[in-house]
Amino acid sequence: MRYAMAIDTKKCVGCGDCVVACQTENNVPHGYCRDWIVENVSGSYPSVQIELRSERCNHCDNAPCVRCCPTGASHIVEGGIVLVTHDECIGCGACIESCPYDARYPHPEGYVDKCTFCKHRVDKGQNPACVDVCPTHCLHFGDLDDPNSDVSKALKNRKWKVLAPEAGTEPQLYFLT
Amino acid sequence: MKEELFVSGRDIPNIDPYLHIWHWQIPLYLYLGGLAAGILFFATYYVIKGKEKQMQTTVKWATIIAPIALVIGLGALFWDLKHKLYFWQLYTTIRFTSPMSWGAWTLMLITPMSIVWVASYMKEMIPGWDWKFGFLNKFEVWIIKNRVPFAWIMMILAVILGVYTGILLSAFNARPLWNTSILGPLFLTSGLSTGLAAIMWMSKDEHERKTLNRIDLILILVELFLIIHLFMGFMAGSAVKTEAASLFLGGEFTVSFWVFVIILGLAFPATLEALELRGFHVPAWLPPFLILFGGLVFRFVMVEAGQITRFLY
Repeated sequence: MRYAMAIDTKKCVGCGDCVVACQTENNVPHGYCRDWIVENVSGSYPSVQIELRSERCNHCDNAPCVRCCPTGASHIVEGGIVLVTHDECIGCGACIESCPYDARYPHPEGYVDKCTFCKHRVDKGQNPACVDVCPTHCLHFGDLDDPNSDVSKALKNRKWKVLAPEAGTEPQLYFLT
Repeated sequence: MKEELFVSGRDIPNIDPYLHIWHWQIPLYLYLGGLAAGILFFATYYVIKGKEKQMQTTVKWATIIAPIALVIGLGALFWDLKHKLYFWQLYTTIRFTSPMSWGAWTLMLITPMSIVWVASYMKEMIPGWDWKFGFLNKFEVWIIKNRVPFAWIMMILAVILGVYTGILLSAFNARPLWNTSILGPLFLTSGLSTGLAAIMWMSKDEHERKTLNRIDLILILVELFLIIHLFMGFMAGSAVKTEAASLFLGGEFTVSFWVFVIILGLAFPATLEALELRGFHVPAWLPPFLILFGGLVFRFVMVEAGQITRFLY
């Protein structure tokens, strides 16, 4: 089993619903967020391109945050989801330094926090909150090992890219381009 | 044109717009750890070589700095933790892929060992010193009898500690400035040099000073050589590496690095040391002061600048 997410950059309108859904679902403290939207503008007028990306933790296969965690608080569970055990985290910041996506932040209570792919929902067979709430259906979640999953089907017929592949983290967020 | 911005308004404290999760505590600790490693390395080296008599300050007096530096450094590390009450989780496991984990264990060993080292010389340093308790006296006798094996263990730990202050940073491939294997030897060399500087500052013995002076001059040259290689590696590297180097080559850290670290912290004291060896009179405090100051600025510059370098946005 390998959970992953595909983000359709052609459909995303940057409304921010995924961000708010996550903050509500996971009780993210005010001023923080586990997912965010990047607007990438390239080219020069009049041929300008805009790419909108809903980003979050990449739940990397080769996760540097897990590798450098001194206590083992950062760990990978079945399905490849990267999690932080709050009462094993000492808040040293090593994982934050190690993440090329800057997907982690220190929670005001001290431990390091991040996207969990809404594991509490996924365990019940549901999608992460951001996926279900997206008004343009641009987020696709599921098991890459299952050819019939939403994410597998989305990746099958489209071109995609991952972010900073040169960092060697083998990220599991796929951006459909 | 290419620009990327957060349209969902992400502005997390210490993460955006630039990562600044490690403040003054980490560079201060890296500095003090390197300093202690340097002092302990030379103290143990001269005991192993059997030159205790000729190198009194190196072996005895200067080592008092090591446990003090380590305890202050550990205090800074603890201060930096954001989930402080769980710090003991560090010592429930050992994770070899995490430099911070084995670094924490190294500190756990070398800090008490450095205290024992100083304690074992108390009677020589302060005549009439008495441990009051019988078991402490027995322990002291045992340590003095086994001083050479003790020195060997502590010398190895000192090297690990010195290298670790660099590897702690170089293990993060997300920060292109840090992610170079030269950082380990570079920080070790810098730590040894600052350690020597502290000993030289304390030493009143002309012969001892001269010996240390000569070693320090070589160390500074090695350090400059490693720094040149660091930049050669960056300039020949990928885009993120050349961007990292540009912070020091015209970017915002140019002055602090080249003026305070390279010129005032390395080149100038090296020149003074060379002049001193040729018989010129140089104020005894000046080269050590400059080396210690340059080493401190170096740690701060590297930690600050490294956090700015990144792959995305």
